[in-house]
Amino acid sequence: MMATKILDLPDTSYVLPGNRSCAGCGIGIALRQITAALEGKMVMTVPASCLTVLGGMYPISSVNVPWVNVAFPSTAAAASGIAAGLRAMGRADDMTVLAMAGDGGTGDIGIQALSGAAERNEDFLYLCYDNEAYMNTGTQRSGLTPAGARTTTTWAGKRENPKDLPAIMEAHNIPYVASTSAAYPTDVYDKVVKARGIEGLRYIHMNTPCPSGWGFDPKDTVRLGKMAVDAGLVVLYEVEDGVFRLTGRSASLAKAGKPLLPVGEYVATQSRFKGMSAETIAAVQAWVDTRWARYLARNAGSCLP
Amino acid sequence: MSETMVMTGNEAAATGAKLARVQVIAAYPITPQSPVVETLSAWVESGELPAEFVAVESEHSALTVCIGASTVGARTFTATSSNGLAYMNEQVWWAAGARLPIVMCIANRAMAAPWNVLNDQQDSMSERDAGWVQLYCRDNQEILDTTVQAFLIAERLNVPVMVCYDGFLLSHTMMPVTVPEAGEIDAFLPKRPAPLTVVDPGDPRNIGPVVLADPRADSSGVVSPGYMELRAQHHRALLAAIDAIPEVDTEYGAVTGRSWGGLTWEHLLDDAEVVLIAAGSLATQATLTAEALRAEGVKAGVLGIRAYRPFPVEALREKLTGRRLALVFDKALSYGYDGPICTDLRGSLLGIEGVPAVFGAVCGLGGRDTSPEDLAAAARRAIADLDAGMRTRATDWINLHLEGE
Repeated sequence: MMATKILDLPDTSYVLPGNRSCAGCGIGIALRQITAALEGKMVMTVPASCLTVLGGMYPISSVNVPWVNVAFPSTAAAASGIAAGLRAMGRADDMTVLAMAGDGGTGDIGIQALSGAAERNEDFLYLCYDNEAYMNTGTQRSGLTPAGARTTTTWAGKRENPKDLPAIMEAHNIPYVASTSAAYPTDVYDKVVKARGIEGLRYIHMNTPCPSGWGFDPKDTVRLGKMAVDAGLVVLYEVEDGVFRLTGRSASLAKAGKPLLPVGEYVATQSRFKGMSAETIAAVQAWVDTRWARYLARNAGSCLP
Repeated sequence: MSETMVMTGNEAAATGAKLARVQVIAAYPITPQSPVVETLSAWVESGELPAEFVAVESEHSALTVCIGASTVGARTFTATSSNGLAYMNEQVWWAAGARLPIVMCIANRAMAAPWNVLNDQQDSMSERDAGWVQLYCRDNQEILDTTVQAFLIAERLNVPVMVCYDGFLLSHTMMPVTVPEAGEIDAFLPKRPAPLTVVDPGDPRNIGPVVLADPRADSSGVVSPGYMELRAQHHRALLAAIDAIPEVDTEYGAVTGRSWGGLTWEHLLDDAEVVLIAAGSLATQATLTAEALRAEGVKAGVLGIRAYRPFPVEALREKLTGRRLALVFDKALSYGYDGPICTDLRGSLLGIEGVPAVFGAVCGLGGRDTSPEDLAAAARRAIADLDAGMRTRATDWINLHLEGE
């Protein structure tokens, strides 16, 4: 499949002008591409999260697609139920079921329901927008918050590296797993288009810069999202039927063989990393380097996952 | 032709769900409910029941699958017990608040800790405030019939219904059960009407979003309800079940020849001075107690609670006015207060002329055997207390063996 160019993205938008998300929120950028890639033939299900806020308060909605709000831990089970209900009603062929939740809603409180749905290979697309903490409740740490980040429950900086959620999903042997970034709308679009055409549980993990939670100017959302990819903290890839390949900017970086942007330069751009020690930065750099080497090896097909 | 078979309460529940032509079943095992979903699984597997069967990884997800499927219009069913119901709690509220006509059977079991798989009614009674209709069954025939009726009640009012029956005492006990013909039930229970929730890309809606405290206008100035208005509508739907439950029971009777009394049922109540009150199989046992007391010259009768939510306030006032004593047997407890049926009944009768004294007795917790003779002994104690001039008294614990007492 040829990569879509930015000027070729559809003009039709299912996200209405104006919503309740914060200025510079990465979700709003990506949601346009996600819904456009599904051509609005979809029902989305959303737990308590920033996305709920973006969606609007009754009776006003900011998104022009069917949207079912559900309880925090239940997203993947709700998507399973919606998919089963649509099959039972003979309506499954018309619609993609899209489950969309944040990193906490996916990797922490929602992981049980998601793991169950993945093991059953339920027929829906799950997209985790990873803004790296509980942003909707005021920036508390999640299991996907990076080491060194200050949150309102890690005042001295989080000590642990984030859990590798796409790898956990890959271990469920589902047909499609991808990692993308809201800073690359075409990468998001192409992955959702591809996922749409696959049957079974499709998982897309989307890094999503958050100006208020990370501490940067809202105009820099895309710039910082791209920096995270250049630094190897976020890697764009997909695993289709077990076959791994780097995509987009990550594939270009691998091809060029250039060193990654140092972690120190990336963390210097955000106030959440203020006061991060040289030791912690070095530890994160070592973690990134090891991961990147593993991705390069997988991309070259030189080792088993 | 209807057919009489010997089956357990769990099989009766599964048969009721099959007759209702459920479209999506979510299942997670827990004793003593498990045979319900095992039976349904076998029928789905064999093609006898054309339905989606989703074998989820937890009770929380079981009810969530029903929520998702019901939102898009499917008729849905699940079953659970005890800690499984407690684990669902968040979704019990969600299903009701979202006004989804889900039917869930509860094979009543004691709550942990400590572990105990045997019967009491603490699990479902603890969910009384969540906005579901709760019906309690006295035998396996009633379990089948009530499970079928529950779908019609749920779909008329857009509220979920719990069909509760005693674990092991009914769930695993074989009894003759008459299974109606599928065509009879199809005439009684039509396909599910269009849901309140529209899920259609051609008419996109945001279902269950944040709702503010006050009514709010959209961009065209059309005002929609606030949270409190939605809650009032939900409450009114539950109150409307006071009429809907007996209506559906009567309609069912017209088709099958069997009705169950609607909100309450009675045995030897006409001239009774002492009324024994309970829900489920305990009330069936109390019928033997009433007969034994009558042999002793006590004018005793039974008032069985079929609907616990909505609580049949008017029916209870009407049926209890003029009696001497109402003795309530609860298989559950609000710790630090009293039995749930007892306290609800006291509140219902407060300020009404000519109502009896209401005494409470707690029994059968964690499967503790309670015989009709135990109930009779408790009734004799209660009558003696009343004769001694008591109008209120502490809860009697039946068959309690605390050291030193």
